[in-house]
Amino acid sequence: MTVVFDGIASGMLLFLIAVGLSVTLGLMNFVNLAHGVFAMLGGYVCVVATGRYGVPFLLAVPLAALAAAAAGAVLERTLFRRLYGATQLDQVLFTIGVVFVAMAAARWGFGPQQQPIRLPSWLQGQVTIAGVDIGLYRAFLVVLGLLVAFGLHRTIGVTRFGARLRAAVDKPAVARGMGIDVDRVFVITFAIGSGLAGLGGAVGVELLGLDPSFPLRYLVYFLIVVAVGGSGSIGGSLLAAVLIGVCDVAGKYWVPQVGAFIIYTVMVVMLIVRPQGLFGTR
Amino acid sequence: MDSRSPDSLSPGPDAAAATPAPATVDLAPLRRAARPRWPELAVWLLPVAAWFLLPEDLALLTQIAIMAIFALSLDLVLGYAGIVTLGHAAFFGVGAYAAGLLAAKLGIGDPLLGLLFAAAVAALAGLVTAPTVLRGTGLTRLMVTIGIGMMLFEAANKATDLTGGVDGLQGIEMTPILGLWSFDLWGKTAYVYAVVVLLVLFLIARRIVHSPFGLSLRALHMNPARMPALGVSVDARLAAAWVLGATYAGIAGALLTQTTQFVSIDVLGFERSAEILLILVLGGAGRLYGALIGTIVFVTLHHVLAGIDPEYWQMWIGLVLIGIVLFARNGIMGAIDPFERLLARKKTEP
Amino acid sequence: MTAPALHTRNLVKTFGGFTATDDVSLTLAPGARHALIGPNGAGKTTLVNLLTGVLAPTAGAVFLAGEDVTGLGQHRRVRRGLARTFQINRLFADLTVLESVALAVGERRGVGWRVWSPVGAQGEVLDEAARLIETLRLADVAHRRTRDLAYGRQRLIEIALALAVRPRVLLLDEPAAGVPTRESRALFETLAELPRDMTILLIEHDMDLVFRFAERISVLVSGAVLLEDTPDVVATHPLVREVYLGEATHHA
Ligand SMILES: Nc1ncnc2c1ncn2[C@@H]1O[C@H](COP(=O)(O)OP(=O)(O)OP(=O)(O)O)[C@@H](O)[C@H]1O
Ligand SMILES: [Mg+2]
Repeated sequence: MTVVFDGIASGMLLFLIAVGLSVTLGLMNFVNLAHGVFAMLGGYVCVVATGRYGVPFLLAVPLAALAAAAAGAVLERTLFRRLYGATQLDQVLFTIGVVFVAMAAARWGFGPQQQPIRLPSWLQGQVTIAGVDIGLYRAFLVVLGLLVAFGLHRTIGVTRFGARLRAAVDKPAVARGMGIDVDRVFVITFAIGSGLAGLGGAVGVELLGLDPSFPLRYLVYFLIVVAVGGSGSIGGSLLAAVLIGVCDVAGKYWVPQVGAFIIYTVMVVMLIVRPQGLFGTR
Repeated sequence: MDSRSPDSLSPGPDAAAATPAPATVDLAPLRRAARPRWPELAVWLLPVAAWFLLPEDLALLTQIAIMAIFALSLDLVLGYAGIVTLGHAAFFGVGAYAAGLLAAKLGIGDPLLGLLFAAAVAALAGLVTAPTVLRGTGLTRLMVTIGIGMMLFEAANKATDLTGGVDGLQGIEMTPILGLWSFDLWGKTAYVYAVVVLLVLFLIARRIVHSPFGLSLRALHMNPARMPALGVSVDARLAAAWVLGATYAGIAGALLTQTTQFVSIDVLGFERSAEILLILVLGGAGRLYGALIGTIVFVTLHHVLAGIDPEYWQMWIGLVLIGIVLFARNGIMGAIDPFERLLARKKTEP
Repeated sequence: MTAPALHTRNLVKTFGGFTATDDVSLTLAPGARHALIGPNGAGKTTLVNLLTGVLAPTAGAVFLAGEDVTGLGQHRRVRRGLARTFQINRLFADLTVLESVALAVGERRGVGWRVWSPVGAQGEVLDEAARLIETLRLADVAHRRTRDLAYGRQRLIEIALALAVRPRVLLLDEPAAGVPTRESRALFETLAELPRDMTILLIEHDMDLVFRFAERISVLVSGAVLLEDTPDVVATHPLVREVYLGEATHHA
């Protein structure tokens, strides 16, 4: 059971980071392989803030999210937006380029080693509920993930911003005609996605580790979440992320000789059987 | 559309009478199209010159020849057939391990036999993956290619008994090529071997891209939706290009194994797939010489820059990728294009 | 009795809740010169897409020379002699005119899988392509890239590609769309010279051209065939005047 719970926790983390990608990739049709860069940025901000400046963890995490959101907005404004209409190959090449630059920058700034993070004492240790050992930190991740999922669901599904986003994506010309500032909608969406990735990166340092190769190492996991969840679907992303987290943790625990192989196989099979994703409708 | 061009005039009979436009089609230019041209000869003198001028760097030059074959294989898949893949290292790795295992586990160290075996295994891998990859389009297809690449990497990573895992595959002994030339310490044999294989594969690729099949690949890259209306099954053509590319990649991988007598798990790495993509777009995708030029420039740059500060090599790759997309979409060969077209026009329009 | 060159039985196509093709049963006799007219959005292109297999029908069937081809893919129908042109050019921008037409001729002649001999060595294919290009008066630009030509001439390539298939049935989706008037006359002269045993379905908004070319006309409105008759009858039919001819002035 503990294994399952751990899986759920890492699934939540995956969800936090990947949900933004699901939106840019699925709704905005932009193949952003550099998404993990924002998570890495969040991770470094959190590590530096808590480690070097003694900022409390709970303050450092939102700081990390903000930094990533700002970086996302700036990149969207200056570079990514040029690529919305470009071919897929161009998007792939460009965003991989961004990944490489970011990895080099991280190595320059922080060196190639893993970054340590000191969790506050109230997140350490574990409790036993109904015979299941539950790490407090992992419980924290699950709660955070659920909160974000709920919040996103409210924003995209119910509010006017959500409607605008969908209009801007489906029929940009029409949306413009209706007075929607399409560029602004895109930049905000991008910033939110990047910010959430930064949040995930910050709280994920303990579990996922943090070093310059982060954006590439977990890229495939993010893509799998989108592929399995169905692009642009928040509920789908959540379920897919949890499913993948559980499969991954359980797989590595019970059949270590196969390891990550399972996850990739699941992804390929999924893409063949249901290209629109498990919960996608398109 | 250029409205000033004389072609926008009416093609009606009266117009035909007014302008002395040829009423018959001159087939000669197309008949000449596949003939070798003198700049090509110059390119192929480069490896000969390098042999004399850079005798200390034969190992590096061998790497270039091998990477050029790998780039060529991606050019067939991406540049000609238009399949965007981020998992091409899968076939390079399959070829590398096939040749390595044949020598290390079965003790068959004949290089040419190894190449053939690797080519066959890679072709089979291409055949098996083709339906999966071609089924989806766009993003789905791209992700399937990534997924397949990762699956193979993990498989090799975990099957340590067979592949040696992260420690690599060792114990590869090569017998002399054709029983005549054994691999020497200075890498002379390896260099000549790799260059000859490159030349042979290049000439084959050259024939293929100039054939009706090659023409159909180019056409279906430009407009896949039109091809079925000409009675062409797009999937079959794409699958053929995919298998061909896989075979070439497998041979490149096998060459790396044979010339270094070692297989590192890196041969299957995602970075390798991304790197070869960069090499191809740097040189210019969709042109055979783009693959060659891209490789020469990239590996040379790598050598020079990594010699200065290996830490930031990755930064340069990234910047080059971004720069290409923003400013030089057709790579180095793209810069030559306008001149070529000018020459071609001069020839057809007296 | 010989089978019709092409016929459909109760063809239906819906997009979501919208019916784009509504129970169409159309018959083209061998050698027919048949026109399909109707206002914008009537479903003419959708019908062509159903006939050629670009779209799968929601219900109904398509027959080519009496044989049910509903389940066959696009390229299989082409191999059975059904060719079309596209309302909006679908060409090979970086191929020359000669290369484009040689490609199409080569594919019909089955040389498309040849990997070893150059395109330039396909003597019969090239000769046939050259003749087709000459017929369409494109000889002077045979070695120019498609993208460098004016739209009117690109339109001729569109037709050349369809003719290269040597179709028994040819579907022309607004072949003169985007072509200057003077050139469209020339284009229709070319079409009029096509062999009489070729069955042709023409979609066209210009009524002059339609009435000069067609021997039978079907009027499509909101996906359904409103009526089918000879040009004389259609031209004077009150319903047609009401739904169509009033609008046609916008396109002419
Ligand atoms: N793939 C599709 N999905 C949804 N609706 C479609 C699709 N294709 C066509 N339609 C709709 O079906 C109707 C018929 O379109 P179609 O293109 O067949 O008309 P048409 O008669 O060819 O018009 P035009 O004269 O403008 O070429 C239109 O309302 C169009 O919006
Ligand atoms: Mg139409």
